[in-house]
Amino acid sequence: MATAADPIEQVKERIEMLSLEAAREEIASGAELIDVREQHEWDDAHLEGAKHVPQAELAGKIEELVPERDKRIVLYCRTDNRSARQADILEQMGYRNVAVIKGGITAWTEAGLPVVATLTPEQRTRYSRHTLLPEIGVEGQLKLLNSKVLLLGAGGLGSPTALYLAAAGVGTIGIVDDDVVDASNLQRQVIHTTDRVGVPKTASAKQTIEALNPDVKVVEYNLRLDASNILDILAGYDVIVDGADNFPTRYLLNDASVRLRKPVVSASILGFEGQISTFIPYDGPCYRCLYPTPPPPELAPSCGANGVLGVMAGVMGLLQANEVVKLVTGVGETLSGRLLLYESLSTRFTELKVRRDPECPICGENAPEIAPEDMGKFPDYELFCGAPAREPSPAA
Amino acid sequence: MAITVKIPAQLRAATGGEGEIQVEGSTVGEALDAVFEQYAGLRERITEDGTLRRFVNVYVSGEDIRFQDGLDTALDDGDEVTILPAVAGGA
Repeated sequence: MATAADPIEQVKERIEMLSLEAAREEIASGAELIDVREQHEWDDAHLEGAKHVPQAELAGKIEELVPERDKRIVLYCRTDNRSARQADILEQMGYRNVAVIKGGITAWTEAGLPVVATLTPEQRTRYSRHTLLPEIGVEGQLKLLNSKVLLLGAGGLGSPTALYLAAAGVGTIGIVDDDVVDASNLQRQVIHTTDRVGVPKTASAKQTIEALNPDVKVVEYNLRLDASNILDILAGYDVIVDGADNFPTRYLLNDASVRLRKPVVSASILGFEGQISTFIPYDGPCYRCLYPTPPPPELAPSCGANGVLGVMAGVMGLLQANEVVKLVTGVGETLSGRLLLYESLSTRFTELKVRRDPECPICGENAPEIAPEDMGKFPDYELFCGAPAREPSPAA
Repeated sequence: MAITVKIPAQLRAATGGEGEIQVEGSTVGEALDAVFEQYAGLRERITEDGTLRRFVNVYVSGEDIRFQDGLDTALDDGDEVTILPAVAGGA
């Protein structure tokens, strides 16, 4: 009868030790893959599809994890000592089909086989205040690093959103803006600087982000979003952040994001007031459920014409960034189904309910199915909105 | 019933800059009519033939009256009626 006191080489003679090649086949054909190392080792790197059960907990948890004694189980650790001992214990418990990856994750990585990406030492320091939060942890930080977020506009909303998402380690930030930095932008568009007046906003934003966090890849779209390019641009992103300055773009974005089922964090600002909601297609309402038609031009003044408190724009942009972090990491409760109003003069927040409209022409029960060949066809939003598409640049 | 009607920034030109108006009314329609008596210019901006124009949302206690009884939605003393058109500004 084996005991834990057996020299490890004797244990290994009793256990089925898998070559890397055999292990890959076993994993691909559905074996239960278990990493028996400690938490910090798992956090460093682990095999895709593995479950993590530290060796001290395995005997107590295995019956819940794998009730069938015949099920193929593959264990691994750093080399193969801990996993061999654990395999021995599982066999004593009646598990008849246990094997160990010879050489463990060390041999695996030396052979150049893929592991689940994890934080580098620099990243562990940079994001330590995130990873200390149990709701985020290393796993949540990895989700942020692997996420792709598209910002519509690098203006009053997009500037603070971009800065904080970059600091948070969102791995890819796409920025759509066809404008150049104007001196009148600097009162609120904090990602730009005085010496970049006249520079395209996408290039200016990229420069700031790269200086802040080298982990972030910035993709510049120095163009105006329209029906001909929107589907291609949106397709590569997980979350869209709407800080557009005009109605035609907001309706176009809504209709395209519902078609592609992409969540949109939408905010708008005017004067001392802002509003924000999150639209998750078919799960919650869409922008058109909330606003089926745009207001006429005389009731839709722009920030350029009306003025806007820069600090208020910052508050709204950061509320958008906060929504993005929740959508990406899956923690907390988003603003889906809720419209939050912020009045900066009185410092009051008001929450309004937004319901899915069964009659919504885009996401409602009777909304027409869109054939694949019609996916890229959109109505004329500028006509729909009854206004010129935007105010003359660069007053925005 | 004492009701507070909240006016958004883009409609305040019609209320002389007032953002909150105190009126009496037992339904949303009555409260809005009382507002229109004080600020006649507001009526045509947000209503048409006695009904709300489609781009205007009106909320009572956080609920859209579209999904309640529209302008006939009943009000309680102290209720807040929020008038809210879409805003496009982002820059």
